[in-house]
Parts: sequence; C-alpha cells; structure tokens
Amino acid sequence: MDYFWQLFFSGLTQGAIYALIALGYTMVYGIILLINFAHGEIYMIGAFSALIVAGVLTIYGFHGFSILVIAALVAVFYSSAYGYTVEKIAYKPLRNSTRLAPLISAIGMSIFLQNYVQLSQTSDFLPFPSLIPADWNFMGPLGQYLEASDEIILVTTVVVMIILTLLIKYTRTGKAMRATEQDQTMARLVGVNVDRVISATFIIGSALAAIGGVLIASKVGQINFYMGFMAGIKAFTAAVLGGIGSIPGAVLGGLVLGWAESFATGYISSAYQDVFAFLILVLILILRPSGILGKARKQKV
Amino acid sequence: METIKKSFFVSLWFMLLTFPIMVIRVNTIENVVEWRWANLAWIGVGSFALSLLWQYMIARQGGEGSGEQEQEEDKLSFLQRLTEDRRLNRPVLGALLVLAGVFPLLFSTYQTTIMIQALIYVVLGLGLNITVGLVGLLDLGYVAFFAVGAYTYALLNAYFGIGFWMALPMGALLGALCGMLLGFPVLRLRGDYLAIVTLGFASIVRVILQNWDQVTMGPSGVANIPRPGLFGVHLNIYQATDYIYYLVVILMIIVVFITARLKDSRIGRAWVALREDEIASVAMGIDMATVKLTAYSLGGALAGLVGVISAAQTTFVNPDSFTFMESAIILSIVVLGGMGSILGVILAAFVLILLPEYLRAFSEYRMLVFGASLVLMMIFRPEGLISNVRRKYELHDVPEEAGS
Repeated sequence: MDYFWQLFFSGLTQGAIYALIALGYTMVYGIILLINFAHGEIYMIGAFSALIVAGVLTIYGFHGFSILVIAALVAVFYSSAYGYTVEKIAYKPLRNSTRLAPLISAIGMSIFLQNYVQLSQTSDFLPFPSLIPADWNFMGPLGQYLEASDEIILVTTVVVMIILTLLIKYTRTGKAMRATEQDQTMARLVGVNVDRVISATFIIGSALAAIGGVLIASKVGQINFYMGFMAGIKAFTAAVLGGIGSIPGAVLGGLVLGWAESFATGYISSAYQDVFAFLILVLILILRPSGILGKARKQKV
Repeated sequence: METIKKSFFVSLWFMLLTFPIMVIRVNTIENVVEWRWANLAWIGVGSFALSLLWQYMIARQGGEGSGEQEQEEDKLSFLQRLTEDRRLNRPVLGALLVLAGVFPLLFSTYQTTIMIQALIYVVLGLGLNITVGLVGLLDLGYVAFFAVGAYTYALLNAYFGIGFWMALPMGALLGALCGMLLGFPVLRLRGDYLAIVTLGFASIVRVILQNWDQVTMGPSGVANIPRPGLFGVHLNIYQATDYIYYLVVILMIIVVFITARLKDSRIGRAWVALREDEIASVAMGIDMATVKLTAYSLGGALAGLVGVISAAQTTFVNPDSFTFMESAIILSIVVLGGMGSILGVILAAFVLILLPEYLRAFSEYRMLVFGASLVLMMIFRPEGLISNVRRKYELHDVPEEAGS
C-alpha cells in the first residue's frame, strides 16, 4: 500500500505540471482553434530563463528563496513575451488562411525555438540549481511521500488555478475571453478587441507554462533544449483527455494522465513510459473525441 | 518614416527578448558568467533589417491581393510551363536522364553517396506529398514508415537471412500495413488532432525499437546489413554504391510516374476533393474511408520501400536515425516545394539535402533555417516554391463574330 501511495503522489505532482502546461493549449485552442505546437518550447524557454537568472544571481551572492522568486518572475516575464511574439509573428498573419497553414507555421516555430536555444546555449543537459530547500516540509504527515519540491508544486498549482479561475470569471479580460471563445464575430460586434484578447490568452498561457517549467526543472534538477517537446505532447494529451477548450478539463486531464503514467510505469514497465501517454491519447480520440468534460462541437456546413 | 520607427521598436523588443538566452551563458560548474554582448548588437541590427523587410513584404502582399491577382493566375512560371508543355519537357527530361545515368561515372563515390541520400529524400518527399499535399492530412510521423522499412530488412536479414530483393516488397507491404493501422483510428479526426496522433505514432515506433531489446537489439541498432546482390556477383563497396544509386534512380522515376498518373486518376481527384472540402466530397459520393486509407497505405509503402534501400546502403540501422527531426525535414521538403507539386518536391529535396551537405559551415544552422522557412513559407508563399498547376475547365466567352 505504501508503494501505491508513493505512485499516487508522484502521479499527482507530475499531473499538476501537465495541467499547468495543458491550460495554455486549451485556452489557445478554445479561442482560435489552433494547436499551439510551440507551447512546449515556451515552457522550455521559461525553464532556461530561470536557470540563467538563477545562475547569475547565485554567482553574485544571492541566497535561497530570493533567487527562486526572482528567477520565477523573470521566467514568467520572458515566457509571456515569447508567447506574445510568437503569436504576432507566426499566427496572426495566418488568421484567415486554410487550417493547415497555421499548424505548419506552429511546427516551424517550435523547431526554430528549439534550435535557437540549442545553438545559443548548449545541447547538453544543464544542471538546474535546487532552488527549493529540501528541509521545507510543511505538509506534516504527507511528508513521507512528498519531497519539499513536490509540496511547492502542489501548492503553487492550486494557487495558480484559483487565480486563473477568478481572472476568467470576474475580470473584464476574462469576460472578453469567454465572449471571444463563444463567438468571435459577435464579440467583435459588441466591442471586444479580439486581437488583444488573443494576445492576452497567449500571455496567460505562456506564464502558466513558465511556472510549470521552473517548478519541474527545480524538481528534476536538469534541463536541456529538448525538454519542451515531450512535455508539450503530453500536456496536449492531457488537454484532449479533459476536453480541449475546457479549463477544468485540462486540470482533470493533467491529473488523470499523471496518475495513469505513474501507475503504469510503477506496476507495468518503466521503459515504455512515453508510450502510455500516446496510447491514452489514441484511445480517447477514438472512443470519446470530445474528452471527459468537453462538449462535442457541431460541424456546420 | 513610420515603418522605420516601428522597426526601431521591434529591434529594441527583440534585443530585450533574446537578452538572457543570447547574451548570458552561465557555466554552473566553474561558476562563471559569460557575457556575449556582441550577440546583442547582431540581434539589434538583424531584427531592425528583418522588420523593415517584413513590413515591406506584408504591405506588398496586401496590395497584390486586390488588383494584380487576376493577371497572375494565368501566367505560369517557367518551371510550371516545363511540367505542362510536352515539347519543352521531353528534351529536358532526356538531358536529366542522361545526367543521372552518367553521374556515378563522373563523380566520386562520396558524391554518389550524397546523391543517393538526396534521392531517398525525394522519394520520401513524394510519399509524404500524397498525404500532406494531395489529401491535406498533416502527418508528423512519416519517418515511422521509413523506420519500419529499414528494420524490416535489417531484422529479417539478421534472423532469417532474407535477402534484399525479398525484403524490398516485404518492406513496402509492412509500410502499407502500418499506414492502414495508423489510418483506421484517425479516419474521423480533423487536421490538428491527426498531427498529434501521427507524432505520437512515430514516437511509439521509436520507443519500441529502442526498448524491445530481445528483437530489435535495442538502442545500439543492427549492424552488418548486407548490400544488395546482383545475380550472385560479388560487388565491392564502390560498385555496390553505384548499383544502389541506379536502383534509387529507377525507383524515383517509377514513383514520379506513378504519382503523376495517380494525381489525374479518379482516386487522385478524390484526394484533392477531400482536401478542399471533406463534407462536400463525402456528400458527392466519395468513400472517405477507402480514399484516405489508400493515401496512407501508399505513402507508407513508399517510405517502407526506401527504408529497405536506405538500410542496405548504410548497412546499419538504429532507432536514433528516426527522430522527429527527420519527419520535420521531410515535411519541410513538401511544404517548401509546394504541396501537391511533384517537380517542386523534387527540387526542394535536392536543395534541402544537398545544400547543407556542401555548405558544411551552414549545416549547424540547418534546422533553425528549416523551422524559420516553414513559418515564412506559410505566411508569404503558402503554395510553395513551385505551385501545383490546378487543372480547370474554363468556359470562354464565344467571340462576337462567331455568333453573328
């Protein structure tokens, strides 16, 4: 039973990270019906920015918690900036073209960003400083299953989700986002600046990905330019699993995927960890393409 | 003036944007920070110039859309005329054939090897062109079929001693089967889901090749794959290379012929119809399942076929040769060449494979340029370098004199 709980909690933390990235996919998809393939790379850039800032700060003698906060803030800023710029360059000019065009453009962007980081930084794994002190155990009895970094991941994810929900429910931007999601033309008619809403969506999604990137990097302890690729695909799987376009769905999908992976690797085989995610994706697309919480979109002719 | 001001701000923004990644490099082992200020200047100047160019292009594109488009459509570029006009293309084709025939005699084995590589990508590009270019289904895992072909030969040879000529049809068959296998579950999916599923499929294939040690020999791959035999004659490595070269040339000619004929056949028309409007073409009586599965299995078969040849040429396969990057290269070939255009795909394959090979200094930036070119092509020239000529029947107005 002990082993079970161990797997349960490792799945939970992994799932929380998937959920953070999946939110970016699901929000963008909800509004412009595009799979933002470059989202995984935004997450990677967040982790890299944090690593660079943390490295510089460590050398200049900053300590522990202040580094974590500053690095995370810088990562959030840079990821959002990249997300915003990617949208302006690669997707905005293609708003009115065929469906295939923005998709190919997104893949191109993803390849470009990967190689940009690889060429200007390094293609090796970089050690990520452990920014979260290991003796921080504030969850009492659960501490036997959770490391300090896991606890921080869970708490941060919950806080971020709450902020996001409030943002979407109650602020002006949030209302505009929901309106754009329902009907873009109609939203434009009632005075919503759709371009700005789309930019806001990309910025929020990228910021969430950056938080995920910093958290997972300080837990795993190493990063490289390729980290966004797998994480991106899995987060997308999570978004589809929960029902793409649905925000609670993305969270649920992330958790389910995290658990499924954790239990499958724990009880079946660890060599095929990446295969499980894809099998789940294929199965869900065949059996219930709209996902767990998603609504089936009617196709209009 | 306005554009210059805008470009100035764009370049400032990019300098800020690329600052941590381009300028700072932290060496965590020795705890030193390396500041590369020169990069910042390059980014500033570069993005300023690119932004000016970008605005100019966007403005030109917008202007073109209104008035000149009507005229442009009727004019075909020289290369397009080449494919259409028989009087023009016969002699050119003949010259190319002769050139292809004497190529290994004129150039070294090294050059021939590179040429084989390029030709293999031509066939792969033509195969992917069927699914992406003609049917409009974005396949991001095309390399999986290539891997299936290569491993078919490698493993059948290692375990059962099956020769090249037996493996060739089997590779094609297995590639086609895998295409069907992938095709069935994704029949109903739309473009974007499909892209992810194919990506996942390729990853699954690679993970299996890597981890199923007992059968696939794991990450180290299969070595000592024999080169193809010529009626029992033993060939040395130089002769074998030339031999494979001619095989690939012949294969390419057959594939070009088949795809060109298919494009105008009933099934080819159905593919294009599905690409343009799925609902309408199903309503017109096109059997979507059959048509899509044919495309998948044909694409898979072609990749399987060249997979066998590629394994025979390199005499070695391992899972690392079949990463997503390979799929991305093949996709770039199709997109750059012009989706659906055979000549475009062939030219793009030669450019994309041969250029990095001859410009060694440039090859490091190869993927960077591929990625950027995918984006730029989509924005400025979505139809590719050489766009596909659409066949259309036009109803011309009857001249006045004829009527009176």
